[in-house]
Amino acid sequence: MDMKEKMPITPTTPVTPSAAIPAAAHREAPSFADDAEPDMTDSAPRIDVSHQPNIEEASVPDLDTGRDPKMRADEVSVFYGEKQALKDVSIKIYDDLVTAFIGPSGCGKSTFLRCLNRMNDTIPTARVTGRIALDDEDITSSSMDVVQLRARVGMVFQKPNPFPKSIFENVAYGPRIHGLATNKVELQEIVEKSLRRAGLWEEVKDRLQESGTALSGGQQQRLCIARAIAVDPEVILMDEPCSALDPIATAKIEELIHELRGRYAIAIVTHNMQQAARVSQRTAFFHLGELVEYGKTSEIFTNPRMQRTTDYITGRYG
Amino acid sequence: MQQASGHTLKAFDEDIERLRALISQMGGLAEHAIQEAMRCLVDRDLDGALRVVEDDQKLDALEIETERRAVQLIALRAPMAGDLRDVVAALKISGVVERIGDYAKNIAKRVPQLENVGKIEPLSLLPEMARIAMQMVHDVLDAFVERDAEAAVRVCERDNAVDDFYDSIFRTLLTHMMENPHTIGQAAHLLFVAKNLERVGDHATNIAEMVYYAATGTHMADGLGRTVR
Repeated sequence: MDMKEKMPITPTTPVTPSAAIPAAAHREAPSFADDAEPDMTDSAPRIDVSHQPNIEEASVPDLDTGRDPKMRADEVSVFYGEKQALKDVSIKIYDDLVTAFIGPSGCGKSTFLRCLNRMNDTIPTARVTGRIALDDEDITSSSMDVVQLRARVGMVFQKPNPFPKSIFENVAYGPRIHGLATNKVELQEIVEKSLRRAGLWEEVKDRLQESGTALSGGQQQRLCIARAIAVDPEVILMDEPCSALDPIATAKIEELIHELRGRYAIAIVTHNMQQAARVSQRTAFFHLGELVEYGKTSEIFTNPRMQRTTDYITGRYG
Repeated sequence: MQQASGHTLKAFDEDIERLRALISQMGGLAEHAIQEAMRCLVDRDLDGALRVVEDDQKLDALEIETERRAVQLIALRAPMAGDLRDVVAALKISGVVERIGDYAKNIAKRVPQLENVGKIEPLSLLPEMARIAMQMVHDVLDAFVERDAEAAVRVCERDNAVDDFYDSIFRTLLTHMMENPHTIGQAAHLLFVAKNLERVGDHATNIAEMVYYAATGTHMADGLGRTVR
């Protein structure tokens, strides 16, 4: 395993015009009706599929289309005291794509996710270098209002963490402190809209005054997503949002991620590779603090370029 | 991309090896079926030809077994990347090898109808053509087991030889039929035998493309320019 391999930022599939397939070039000698076996009709001309548009390509833009990313990180490194947890990570996150960060424990994926809304500021020994931009604004600068930033870049954690308050208050809290509603009716509208987007409204509309902590784990997680949505963020970061949930609650969150895609840029850290494959359009594989490979999810899981990625996703790591 | 070490989960390795072994076994049977069918044709061995026809059931059964195991492996192991490509290739290859077996069976079925066949000249060309086609099947399945993309490409290149044989036999038989109209029935049967062998070569080429994709993740048509040659 070559540990010096560097991540390719280039698209993982150089599309070369397909040359004639040697097999297709076989001469068709005049064929007498094949009286052979029934159903031996495969002497039909080969269909050249190489020029048909790829459906997946069409719906997901290329890696360097030149359009502006929602967030971009350039050579971001993170140190915890002397220890370097993240090494020169550069990546772009687009607002209509879900980007999944995968990698073994301690690979730096959560550390990187937490850089994106400066959650690492809460760790005294943490030091972040490099540049991280939201649209074109440098969020690492000291003039950045971190509270405002975290409203624009919301976060959902592994363990659902609703406030020990009513369901309504959990969602209303953010809009209220950020002054997003001028009166009670508007606030109620925001709460309902957020709960609807989080797919929770039908389940809780008759008991908005009950405590958020009384909900099931999956409902609590969707409540946390509703809470993040309520302040109208541009980016939602999810740090293993399903690892404490059962498969049905997990499926609901994944469905929600699909619905939220397009409205918000979403970055998700997950240990579950199937989940990364299911919910994301871009996947970034981290290992030992490096971004090893970043590409289309469909490519990463069928034809990864890097040996380390291959070993990890096929279950050969370690 | 090479898959250097085994899976952390050993049972996964065993499942994939099992699948490869099944494909190898199928390949061996198909190869043998072609060889036997051709031998019976040349030796006028009617009993042997009947056995070839009966033995085709084994290939059919193995194809079903391969499908069952591949589906199970996908469901239980959720293979990714090279593993996934391998499993899909195994699934497709088993169908093609089964078809190659059908061609052998078809050749065997013609044996009883070919009396006095020794007098027809192209019969001397057919065994050699069969040998090349068989060798292609053999080598392409070895390439699958070894995940050897370059070996797969070499198999493709040999398909031309089989096609040349077919063209040559076609012309010879045509001439023969014109000169000896009473042998048209026999000659037509031989023509179908040649056509079947030509199809075997094509199928080996198709398998080679599947092997190439499984091993490299690129399609042969796209990859040839860069990877091999």
